[in-house]
Amino acid sequence: MSDVTSIPEVSYVVPEDDPAHDPAHDPAHDPAHDPAHDPAHDPAHDSADDPAQDAGADWGHLAEMRVDPIGLFERVRAECGDIGRFRLVDRDVVLVSGAEANEQFFRAPDSTLDQAAAYPFMTPIFGKGVVFDASPAERQQMLKNQALRGDMMRGHAATIEAEINRMVGEWGEEGEIDLLDWFAELTIYTTSSCLIGKPFREELDARFAHHYHDLERGTDALAYVDPYLDIESFRVRDAAREQLVALVQDIIDRRKQRGPVPRDDRDLLDVLISIDMTADHITGIFISMMFAGHHTSSGTAAWALIELMRHPEVMKDVVAELDDLYADGPDGPVEISFQALRSIPRLEAALKETLRLHPPLIILLRVVQEEIELAGHRIPPGTMVAASPRVSNRIADDFPDPERFDPGRYLDPRQEDLQNRWTWIPFGAGRHRCVGNAFAMMQLKAIFSVILRDYEFEMTQPSEDYRDDVSKMVIQLQQPCRVRYRRRRS
Amino acid sequence: MTAMRVVADLDLCQGHQMCTGEAPDVFAFDDAADRVVVVQPRPDESLRPQVQAAVTYCPAMALAVVDDPMEED
Repeated sequence: MSDVTSIPEVSYVVPEDDPAHDPAHDPAHDPAHDPAHDPAHDPAHDSADDPAQDAGADWGHLAEMRVDPIGLFERVRAECGDIGRFRLVDRDVVLVSGAEANEQFFRAPDSTLDQAAAYPFMTPIFGKGVVFDASPAERQQMLKNQALRGDMMRGHAATIEAEINRMVGEWGEEGEIDLLDWFAELTIYTTSSCLIGKPFREELDARFAHHYHDLERGTDALAYVDPYLDIESFRVRDAAREQLVALVQDIIDRRKQRGPVPRDDRDLLDVLISIDMTADHITGIFISMMFAGHHTSSGTAAWALIELMRHPEVMKDVVAELDDLYADGPDGPVEISFQALRSIPRLEAALKETLRLHPPLIILLRVVQEEIELAGHRIPPGTMVAASPRVSNRIADDFPDPERFDPGRYLDPRQEDLQNRWTWIPFGAGRHRCVGNAFAMMQLKAIFSVILRDYEFEMTQPSEDYRDDVSKMVIQLQQPCRVRYRRRRS
Repeated sequence: MTAMRVVADLDLCQGHQMCTGEAPDVFAFDDAADRVVVVQPRPDESLRPQVQAAVTYCPAMALAVVDDPMEED
């Protein structure tokens, strides 16, 4: 058994796509003689908007993580194996992959590995003053017990179907949508309605989705230097949060004018107003409740549609499956809100394969609280440890021909998700496996049941031009990402 | 010949109770512990489709079916 310094550190690669990169002054080649690497150099007082551009070796692999995080995480496995190390500002990050090390990582109790401290970019989004009395694990449990209970799902399915119909109702015969904008707006309505309450959702329009998106864009990895740096991404984030607070304040003012309503018509907002919570605090709570379910579901829906357009034979199978399921039976047509909670094997397989190739979170981080052993190394408190869904989901030993979109992986007898519980990890694994995953799968099944029943889709840009913007910790589709829809002729 | 054995990993169970809906004869819920109870660890082969659905749709991936080799006598 050996300590953290014996874990191999990954090489340094200067990101090719970095617009700030000037080969003539490449800091990675000779960091010792680059004046920009003066440790006294204070990023907060940097006049440039991008203090990381000349940070190079000082902040370890941070510069690469802001441009090509996937390349960095893949290289850790390629160069170091199941356990490797990179540097994020002043901290070592130990990145594990493979079933054995992942299992050790995911089975560790909260007292050993802490989640909250690993995500400093979330604090300004939830709000500096918004302190919860519960740990993230307890909050997750509360959310599950309140809004994500199995017996609540039927109601959520009906709510989601109604929200999709409402937005698709405006489509007409044919047209174009931007995948990011459209799914981000839809999932604002579904998550707010299901998790907070229908009356609150009815007060929202596209402005809320727009500001929420700006918050998500405020997750630059520079937060590992300081989440309050004076950079564009963080300024936009803070302005967006203020706008959200203003929208919530308006809603609160209207509710106060309206006066109390019968108990059955109240939602969570009424409850929080009744205990005199400020708009800032309420907004922070709502942001945190919606965060885990928003960009993740929105991005997965968009990527699933892209993959289905890229693979017309899979699209054809899925559409045939849905047509068959929703064909009029002896008791009339089957309701989507009913079927979305039940088995739709081919659609489910396509969704799982989308999640494998495009996991919404590419890295899951923890801070070590008590010494832990990972892959034969002792990791001391204070170290960051990580597992990468993006890397583990593409391990060739577990997922043959890993780059290939192949929904057949999930059918009997292969069942590559169940066979690889510690490496098929789009929802994480272990104790903290995403508690919303059944909700998410139901929502995705409902979305595709509606849109593929009534419409067909085609790409309006070259297939390879649909890609993720990986410059923030919250990954989202790079715009433009437009598709054309046309009503199906039966 | 093999015999079906149902295994629940109680460290992973998050108490979603999907399995008690999919295979009510095989799974029960311990409210106090907030965890699943496998009431029939070796269910009859006729229950396999239900059990398999419970395994597939467990949101915590906490369930598994193990096919033990069975002595022929």
